[in-house]
Amino acid sequence: MGILVDETTRVVVQGITGKEGSFHAKGCMDYGTKVVAGVTPGKGGQEQEGVPVFDSVKDAVDREGANTSLIFVPPPFAADAILEAADAGIRLIVCITEGIPVRDMIPVHHSLRGKPVKLIGPNCPGVITPGKAKVGIMPGFIHLPGSVGVVSRSGTLTYEAVKQLTDVGLGQSTCIGIGGDPIIGLRFKDLLGLFAEDEQTKAVLLIGEIGGTAEEEAAQYIIDNKYPKPVIGFVAGKTAPPGRRMGHAGAIVSGGKGTADEKQKAMEKAGMAVCPSPDAIGKTVQEALA
Amino acid sequence: MNVHEYQAKQLFRDFGIPVPNGKMCTREDSVREAAQELGGDTWVVKAQVHAGGRGKGGGVRVVRSVEEAEKAAEDILNLRLVTAQTGAEGREVRKVLIEEGVAIQKELYLSMLVDRASNAPMIICSEAGGVEIEEVAAKTPEKVLQEPIDPALGLRTYQTRRIAQALGLTGPAVRQAGKMLSDLYRLFVEKDASMLEINPLVVTESGDLIALDAKLQFDDNAMFRQKDVLALRDVEEEDPLEAQASEADLSYIRLDGNIGCMVNGAGLAMATMDLIQYVGGAPANFLDVGGGASAASVEKAFRIILADTRVKAILINIFGGIVRCDRVAQGVAEAAGNVELKVSVVVRLEGTNAAEARTILEGSSIDFVVANNLRDAAEKVVSAL
Repeated sequence: MGILVDETTRVVVQGITGKEGSFHAKGCMDYGTKVVAGVTPGKGGQEQEGVPVFDSVKDAVDREGANTSLIFVPPPFAADAILEAADAGIRLIVCITEGIPVRDMIPVHHSLRGKPVKLIGPNCPGVITPGKAKVGIMPGFIHLPGSVGVVSRSGTLTYEAVKQLTDVGLGQSTCIGIGGDPIIGLRFKDLLGLFAEDEQTKAVLLIGEIGGTAEEEAAQYIIDNKYPKPVIGFVAGKTAPPGRRMGHAGAIVSGGKGTADEKQKAMEKAGMAVCPSPDAIGKTVQEALA
Repeated sequence: MNVHEYQAKQLFRDFGIPVPNGKMCTREDSVREAAQELGGDTWVVKAQVHAGGRGKGGGVRVVRSVEEAEKAAEDILNLRLVTAQTGAEGREVRKVLIEEGVAIQKELYLSMLVDRASNAPMIICSEAGGVEIEEVAAKTPEKVLQEPIDPALGLRTYQTRRIAQALGLTGPAVRQAGKMLSDLYRLFVEKDASMLEINPLVVTESGDLIALDAKLQFDDNAMFRQKDVLALRDVEEEDPLEAQASEADLSYIRLDGNIGCMVNGAGLAMATMDLIQYVGGAPANFLDVGGGASAASVEKAFRIILADTRVKAILINIFGGIVRCDRVAQGVAEAAGNVELKVSVVVRLEGTNAAEARTILEGSSIDFVVANNLRDAAEKVVSAL
């Protein structure tokens, strides 16, 4: 089990002929993921990392049965790449690209809403179901198959958390980096919903950071849905200074939310166990499961 | 990216949004001539810095003669402006904006941003404009309207009427608001703005709507297609080390402590800073070297951290996922050799080939302190002070 990706996942890598695309396509294959095709417009007919390259995602779906897309397309073209994948019938889109303009992501978000497709990212490390499939750029070897679901806004901090879990012998069902941009696909609460229905997942570790209200939203979701599994939280940025800012618009909208303290309070109110410090993530999850 | 008020107002003019006539002056310009050219008998002299709260900090003065205008500009240009949004060290004022005075009937608040909850642009407005808007929003949220805009439909006429109503507008100002709002939305979208704020938006004594202030912030990720906006960047308003870091594609923010930090990834960097404080230390900076952490980027990071003379020890925390730790260790050793280190450096490398990395660091001619885990690293760097 686990969520989003497993042995049935068939990946097409958009931007596979680029430096990052080819490197990580190989990394995913080495982990055992079925990477079945690549796409680079204008380079159809070539081969990269032993898989055929097509001009369009549609061709990769029709010819190789791709059902998941991993995107490394440069920022100016990445929003279009997401829309193309959705249009071609891809069910899960994982967009690694960092630096996509917000204005480009707004229509993407609204276009995908209500369609049978899930977007992870952009600006994220991707998704891994340990021992089954890796669709992303995370180091596979730190993971261990198991029962803790991990969802995070961060990249390397997720690796740190996963390593702490593995070090105390706690494996993971699926780990997802949802990305740090203002406009993203699936959010904490969407993934909490998927983990709730996954039999393999016995607890969820949620790694947040200051800014925005995603953690407060997740805490409210846990309360509203009487969430059936233990959720453990961590918020990075407790000691970050208040940002120098211009104007009041952001403060009015967040209404005092967004600080590490507010987020921790919201988590505690939802009955979550909160990690007291960044080195205590593994230990806190262990205690919550004891 | 931020721009000055005078630049934001020029963009407003370009999009047909009414603003007062004004001129930007530096220390070299004649404020007298500027005031005379603008005409009238009342002027406002405003400090141009990338921060809000200027009025309360003494950066805005109303004057009634050209002599007074000259004096006010001189005072403000000699000011180190401290406001709620600058931090305690304040800002040097290098430019002032001199504007014609406007007879105010009513002060309103209007802003636009990308709302994460609705994943769309949103207009925020209130009849209670002026300096205390955050307090108004916190204590009387019913006085603030938040109006999300469907990106596919754009800003609709009925929404502009709703906004005008929330602003308490009547007469010709209602129609003016409709045009102004659609011009503002057009500017916001076409120029890839991330925040736009007018505080105050005023109704003049003659009943007209005019933007008395203007703040604009832009999406850094979109600057590749906004060359004219990028040309408005004022590097002098940025911390010199932060500007240098951004040139090298490093993300650096200077803080008040004495432990320099070099970490890959923003979340891990914040967590590292948290842990340093948790064990009794104080970070001197936030620095994200990004995913690569090559010898070249580590050397640049070293130079930026060491340019801050308060730094007494450095903590390097790299989680090598894609990048191999032995490569990073070689880079760190090479960079450290190039920069004449006088402070102790604690290094924690985790991930791919971490054991090999440890051997490299221990065999290096530089006296690194090698840490085993996050906690160990934080404790070792604090005790190295």
